[in-house]
Amino acid sequence: MKDFVIPAFPPGDDRDMGTPARTGAPVTLSIDGFEVTVPEGTSVMRAAAEAGIQVPKLCATDSLEAFGSCRLCVVEIEGRRGTPASCTTPVAPGMVVRTQSPKVKKIRRGVMELYISDHPLDCLTCAANGDCELQDMAGAVGLRDVRYEAPEGGSLANHFEARNTSGAPNPEWIAKDDSNPYFTYDPAKCIVCNRCVRACEEVQGTFALTIEGRGFDSRVKAGGAGDDFLSSDCVSCGACVQACPTATLQEKSVIELGTPERSVVTTCAYCGVGCSFKAELNGDELVRMVPWKHGGANRGHSCVKGRFAWGYANHSDRILHPMIRESIDLPWREVSWEEAIGFAAERLRGIQERHGRKSVGVITSSRCTNEETFLVQKLTRAVFLNNNTDTCARVCHSPTGYGLGQTYGTSAGTQNFDSVMQSDVIIVIGANPTDGHPVFASRLKKRLREGARLIVIDPRRIDLVKSAHVEAAHHLALRPGTNVAVVTALAHVIVAEGLFDETFIRERCDWDEFQEFAEFVSDIRHSPEMTEMLTGVPAEDLRAAARLYATGGNGAIYYGLGVTEHSQGSTTVMGIANLAMLTGNIGREGVGVNPLRGQNNVQGSCDMGSFPHELPGYRHVKNADVRAIFESAWGVEIDPEPGLRIPNMLDAAVGGSFKGLYCQGEDILQSDPDTKHVAAGLAAMECVIVHDLFLNETANYAHVFLPGSTFLEKDGTFTNAERRINRVRKVMAPRNGYADWEITQMLANAMGAGWHYTHPAQIMEEIAATTPSFAGVTYDMLEEKGSVQWPCNAANPEGSPIMHVDGFVRGKGRFIVTEYVPTDEKTGPRFPLLLTTGRILSQYNVGAQTRRTENTVWHKEDVLEIHPHDAEVRGIKDGDWVRLASRSGDTSLRAVLTDRVSPGVVYTTFHHPGTQANVITTDYSDWATNCPEYKVTAVQVSLSNGPTEWQKSYAEQAERARRVLPAAE
Amino acid sequence: MSASHASPPVPQDEIRAIVARHLHLEGPLLPILHALQAEYGHVPAAAHGPICDALNITRAELHGVVTFYHDFREAPAGRHVVKICRSEACQAVGGDALSARVLDLLGLSWGDTSADGRVTVEPVYCLGLCACGPAAMVNGAVRGRVTAEALVAEVAS
Repeated sequence: MKDFVIPAFPPGDDRDMGTPARTGAPVTLSIDGFEVTVPEGTSVMRAAAEAGIQVPKLCATDSLEAFGSCRLCVVEIEGRRGTPASCTTPVAPGMVVRTQSPKVKKIRRGVMELYISDHPLDCLTCAANGDCELQDMAGAVGLRDVRYEAPEGGSLANHFEARNTSGAPNPEWIAKDDSNPYFTYDPAKCIVCNRCVRACEEVQGTFALTIEGRGFDSRVKAGGAGDDFLSSDCVSCGACVQACPTATLQEKSVIELGTPERSVVTTCAYCGVGCSFKAELNGDELVRMVPWKHGGANRGHSCVKGRFAWGYANHSDRILHPMIRESIDLPWREVSWEEAIGFAAERLRGIQERHGRKSVGVITSSRCTNEETFLVQKLTRAVFLNNNTDTCARVCHSPTGYGLGQTYGTSAGTQNFDSVMQSDVIIVIGANPTDGHPVFASRLKKRLREGARLIVIDPRRIDLVKSAHVEAAHHLALRPGTNVAVVTALAHVIVAEGLFDETFIRERCDWDEFQEFAEFVSDIRHSPEMTEMLTGVPAEDLRAAARLYATGGNGAIYYGLGVTEHSQGSTTVMGIANLAMLTGNIGREGVGVNPLRGQNNVQGSCDMGSFPHELPGYRHVKNADVRAIFESAWGVEIDPEPGLRIPNMLDAAVGGSFKGLYCQGEDILQSDPDTKHVAAGLAAMECVIVHDLFLNETANYAHVFLPGSTFLEKDGTFTNAERRINRVRKVMAPRNGYADWEITQMLANAMGAGWHYTHPAQIMEEIAATTPSFAGVTYDMLEEKGSVQWPCNAANPEGSPIMHVDGFVRGKGRFIVTEYVPTDEKTGPRFPLLLTTGRILSQYNVGAQTRRTENTVWHKEDVLEIHPHDAEVRGIKDGDWVRLASRSGDTSLRAVLTDRVSPGVVYTTFHHPGTQANVITTDYSDWATNCPEYKVTAVQVSLSNGPTEWQKSYAEQAERARRVLPAAE
Repeated sequence: MSASHASPPVPQDEIRAIVARHLHLEGPLLPILHALQAEYGHVPAAAHGPICDALNITRAELHGVVTFYHDFREAPAGRHVVKICRSEACQAVGGDALSARVLDLLGLSWGDTSADGRVTVEPVYCLGLCACGPAAMVNGAVRGRVTAEALVAEVAS
């Protein structure tokens, strides 16, 4: 019997509270004799759960609004008639509730009996055995008998028998749908509780599911007539599977491997949203990844990548033994760790002796943990004794670092993801959240369905512009490369029409700089009417959008690589920062400027000092006081000169002065612009060390291959786009033998470093001791709080969900004049179209992981989106092979005709090495940060017979470079 | 539904015009479906795209609504529509035998349309004629104390 003490549930308690939490004035009621106080609007069911009493339920779950269909959660309430459903009944002061009266117990048993009468009793062989709410509830209500019996010679109508006793087919039976690669839908086990349909609508916002028919004919259905799960609108986020109380929607991995017996909470290693997951295992075999309901970034939601696409961790392509070779034309030779590390260390030392201290460098990984990244930049600063460190943020969000640093004083998004639920007007510029940051997009769409207005600024009609129950108020379909002109025109309207927030600007920003800025943007040449010819955005539309943002309430801006990857990427970031300051949309919930960061730890890798000019915490290496902190911690002298950026490293390699590179977890050959130049740079080096899970494209030019560990195999932290430091926990031993931080340490020690880290927690201690914004972060604290958002220090001991609350980090916000300078990459008679690039939901970046999963069923190859007009004049039909050529190179791929892109614009993704979209992109880059101009390339498209010469010779080279000799016994 | 009754092609602009006429209403989906059925005798599959597009809903949502109501048709009915009551009162006075006989005489199953497009037979649950069952409805007109032969004769032409 329960003691008369309300049990205290530990934080991280995963119980299902039945209905969502509410905020409101406290209401006290009595449930089964216990006094409970809960916020107004809470359901009786949730109030009971707060008191430790679980009311039996089937159709309710706390991620969804109450539905009241299963009739299992009925209770008696003193003074009220009948037996109301506790899930749909809100609490009232003084209410006296009984959850276990003879009457409700009888009702529940009767309801349960009806459910079970149409449910197969194959529990022992069912995939949900032990993890089935129907089973649990049958137990909870004490169901002992099902009295419904078939009449003599007949049978009871049911949905679960394929054939009746006489062998005739059962018309009510529907076969299992296993079209989705990751889960099955078995209608025979469905109790039509509607949880999956509601999850698809409320949580994911895709509306791919429905209930077909009525009454006994009601069935869950994906899509319309004739659809299965794969052909429907389903995006395979897993929310329905998560919500399903039975085995009706079930992970195939559970069907295959069995019910997991233990779980570890960790952080997804795909995009910058940084979802928390429970990795569920048997022994060291991963069975499934389940989104963790207490995850600060994802609140229990997930996307197809994090939820299902983890199979790459065990893919046969994964390399588990170190390999070396004298030169890149030789096959690989598997060797011991000692030999590989010794070989690498000796070569790097030799290069430094012959070519000088600065002839080697590192590239840190935005896929690895903060601790690992910290060690890699420490390797170059404290062991190589130079600042030649760079990271893939160079090619994505380096302009964010520069732009926000200049205007606000720090390089990070200003909000947490929860903040979007308070926004009234949301601008999405150069980002495609439903594909790139799907879990955040679901929150955003939820807010839009609640009535927030949306402005999309993008050359392409992304899904957010119009998809189920979501429609942008304005879509400014600008010409690629004209971001600055559009953003400045928005500022022009706000200033010229007097819509700016003078009080905010006077209090929080530098008034003189504002005057200068206002004078600049007021110039008639920045008016929408003047820029229309240039940008292609109708002036009236732009004016209306500017007015909406300035006057529509809380205005939030979310942006992505469509902003940064331009020759004026940094300028656009500053322009965006200006807009937020102009309208006072900074420093509180629901507003702000938020870069949607691409990789799981790109924020962290930047924080950790991966850039050649910055020590951890964005502090310039020229500052002697900052160097002194690290010099005393590390016992070395730090070079006061900034080191080389990735493009400079490659240039120097071609020039002969840069000879050695340690590249951790990044495939620069595929992800960096102008592939031919990257290949030439790598080929010119004497020692390229690739540290990765797979023989990636860069490894074709490597001399040492150090096998990496996956995020499942190590401890550490990732920092997501909202500056949230999330724990990564080791759920299994590294299959390659060592976590990545251990491998970096071995290399450092082989070069004489003398590091003695035994756990990443010690590295975090070093980070906290040297970096003010991380000063308060410890593993113990992360264990207790789950996660924390930097800055976390004496001033903000609890971390900082929202930044710049009382003042900007730099003091006064700084308006910066944003003059539009057209890119040098121009269309002309030979290259009349503009190519822009992006991502797709099911694939991730260069695809090293997702191409090695079943996600390829949604996206087998990169395709070229082209407007029907442009296709027609070139004689191109849907599905034709086309040659895509720029001034840099050419490739070929299949064409898809669509009006998502405007005439004159073509679009492709860069997930597949066979296509090598970056053969096309040029080496133009951001004026401030060298971030490549991926988003604008002048191209021509023509019909083609198949792969280009480059693709063929590249494929041959890759084939040759990947040969591995059998290991010597 | 009988596959032999493929609906004739319906011009998209005509469908879009019907959809557009109802967009000002609150909750326009049902009025649109009614209007389409009134115009074409069924809700043509060709209308699904325009409806979803205009209302910004998914085809799953549309499918859920269309299938909830038995009277929305996916294909045109026969020239005559016979609905036979299968509720308890009519069952008590021989409704089941009547239904079986009618289906047998016409050579159809519930919901089918005869190959010549002459007649469609459907079940209905109570026509409010319990006092004079078994009851049926032929082309919208109710009939009491019906016999199978009389029903079949009425739809013979």
